[in-house]
Amino acid sequence: MTISSIVRTATVSLRRDRGALALSFILPVVFFSIFAVIFGGRRESTPKIKVIVVDEDHSRVSERLMQGLKKEGSLVVKTRPEPVKGVEQPEYTAATAETAVKEGTAPVAVVIPHGFGENPIAFRPPDPSRPTIQLLKDSSDMVAPQMITGLLQKVAMTSMPDLMAEQGSKYFDEFSGGLTKEQRERMEEGIRFLRERQESGAARDSENGGGIVAVRERAVVGENKNNPMVSFYAAAIGVMFLLFTASGAAGALLDEAESGTLDRVLSSHVTMTSLLVGKLAYNSLLAFTQLVVMFLWGWAVFKLDFWPHIPGFVVMGVSTATAVAAFGLLLASICKTRAQLGALSTLVILVMSSIGGSMFPRYFMSESMQKAGLLTINAWAIDGFTKVFWRDEPVSHLMPQVLVLVSIAIVLFAIARRVARRWEYA
Amino acid sequence: MSLSATSAPGSLPPLRVAALVKRFGEVTAVDGITLELRGGECLGLLGPNGAGKSTLIRSIVGRVIPDAGTISVFGSPADSVEARNALGWIPQELALYPRLTCRENLQAFGRYHGLRGSALNQAVEHCLGWATLTDRAGELVKNLSGGMKRRLNMAAGLIHQPRLVLMDEPTVGVDPQSRNHIFEMIEKLRDEGMSLIYTTHYMEEAERLCDRIAIVDHGKIIALGTHAELVESAFGTRSQVLARFAGADERVAAWVAERGGQSVDGLAQFTVEHPAEIAGLLESSAKAGFDLVDVSLHKPNLESVFLHLTGRELRD
Repeated sequence: MTISSIVRTATVSLRRDRGALALSFILPVVFFSIFAVIFGGRRESTPKIKVIVVDEDHSRVSERLMQGLKKEGSLVVKTRPEPVKGVEQPEYTAATAETAVKEGTAPVAVVIPHGFGENPIAFRPPDPSRPTIQLLKDSSDMVAPQMITGLLQKVAMTSMPDLMAEQGSKYFDEFSGGLTKEQRERMEEGIRFLRERQESGAARDSENGGGIVAVRERAVVGENKNNPMVSFYAAAIGVMFLLFTASGAAGALLDEAESGTLDRVLSSHVTMTSLLVGKLAYNSLLAFTQLVVMFLWGWAVFKLDFWPHIPGFVVMGVSTATAVAAFGLLLASICKTRAQLGALSTLVILVMSSIGGSMFPRYFMSESMQKAGLLTINAWAIDGFTKVFWRDEPVSHLMPQVLVLVSIAIVLFAIARRVARRWEYA
Repeated sequence: MSLSATSAPGSLPPLRVAALVKRFGEVTAVDGITLELRGGECLGLLGPNGAGKSTLIRSIVGRVIPDAGTISVFGSPADSVEARNALGWIPQELALYPRLTCRENLQAFGRYHGLRGSALNQAVEHCLGWATLTDRAGELVKNLSGGMKRRLNMAAGLIHQPRLVLMDEPTVGVDPQSRNHIFEMIEKLRDEGMSLIYTTHYMEEAERLCDRIAIVDHGKIIALGTHAELVESAFGTRSQVLARFAGADERVAAWVAERGGQSVDGLAQFTVEHPAEIAGLLESSAKAGFDLVDVSLHKPNLESVFLHLTGRELRD
């Protein structure tokens, strides 16, 4: 009897606590759905990897390779930049492709060098003079370079069998025919090379002698970084917690409204606008300080390259902090109680963080999810911090991220100010 | 240094409210109230909870926009900067920052009113002294007793040295000793000539502190005057007889009504011109067969006036 009374009391209390109900039933379903869309089989479009291909060879082989790559459904092959104001741009060169990877236009560029078509197959020891495909990669993307390397091998196998046969017979001509002393030495050399490669494991950023075509990988972004993913996670996790802190700090407004302090303040010379601007300033400062602490910790413990990037950090830090502070004020002004704020902020922030890239990089997601992520503060902030700490881009390149974050801050603050009219007068 | 700056004789009245109306949906919280506060006067607003006292006060401090009527503070509209400077408001709630100390709270509210530097420091020290909180100045508000919080709440309303102070039930929830302490603080203000509006639903407070009392019910002022005037107008020279009968029922209530009295919570109340009239009442009740438990004769007070005017007790 006692137990059933306790259960009944708790059930009635939960039923009347909409925030707790939302956290109990809506949040798990929303979260499950997001993860199911990202990683499950129901996603509407497979995440396609953008790859820049530069054909310096213009041979039959290179064209077949290029065509093979273009037929791959998981790739978006770009041979030239997007048209600017309707004007077609010239094809990528090795240099412009490298710049494009550095700027984050694509995570990988494949450069087919001049002379590659004459000797495309890699069944022989490395020869520095032999033209080899170059794979220029952005190391922050852990998936794309490996996938492209594999696909290159697949395309070589499937898209040019005749060339493979031709090459095979060429090798046969070269290595067979009585096995002279010289032939034996060459064979032994080749076998020795293969054995050594097998024993030493697969090549890392070196010539890929294990495949049909040789590929030389080179990281053009993040090659000299102390700890590649630390800056990404400092920003990603940092922004998520900034959002939580900002909404919590903005909740002070609800406490003040409940205690009557807000009424007293507004009966003085302080107006609602100046009060909200004051709160925005404080919450922004708090968020920025949080970012500083997080990045300093990253520098001290995880060898994050903090000091050389101070200008970019300050620009991104201030714009991110202002955006999250305005976001917190908006949530607080919408809610009527602290409990409501707690439930709503948890729901919104976790959803924003999952699709905005705070929990896992956005390149894991489908194209539509990546686009949806652009509606979040997280995505823009992470993109900006990545530009600063990963790509070493100058402050002027942060303009898109800063503009979006500042615009978000202005719009959210304006809405919060409008909603806060309910506190001004009865 | 004084906490108040009184108005000169013949100058504009501290407060003038004319035909004020405020509705919240279907409910008319303030229904055409008109009143004028004299310089240096303490005017009590006496009425039960929900009578409209707080809405009237909040309208005066600009926290509620009236639907009709006008309010002027020393001749300035209620929402003007002049009015804000002249008004001090002590809300019913403990409108303080719990994680700040007493001094920090007063400094914050002083700054919100535009005080800076030595003027702010002087005002803070003076308010701490007035509220006898100087020795607790560094204490966090959340650690103070209920009475101390109330006193600090009052001090925060006076930090900018207003000329008119509105007190909205400042003794709610405090023990008798702390209440006395608060009365002494208010009496000090009165002695300094501060103009005050004091809302309460305790008639003893109104009787002790207020020069004039406005009885408010259902958003209207139903009587206004000094204590003596209110009693006089309601009862003249008559006294009250209170009688209680065992097993009070509908028959008793009918008999009380027939004799011109009122039944409230099983207590029969009559007004008599002369104490000798009690004998007639007792004789009549005996004839009716009622079992009298006790009977007493009272001089009417504000409670009686309120009951007389509304048919309800003040605590309802």
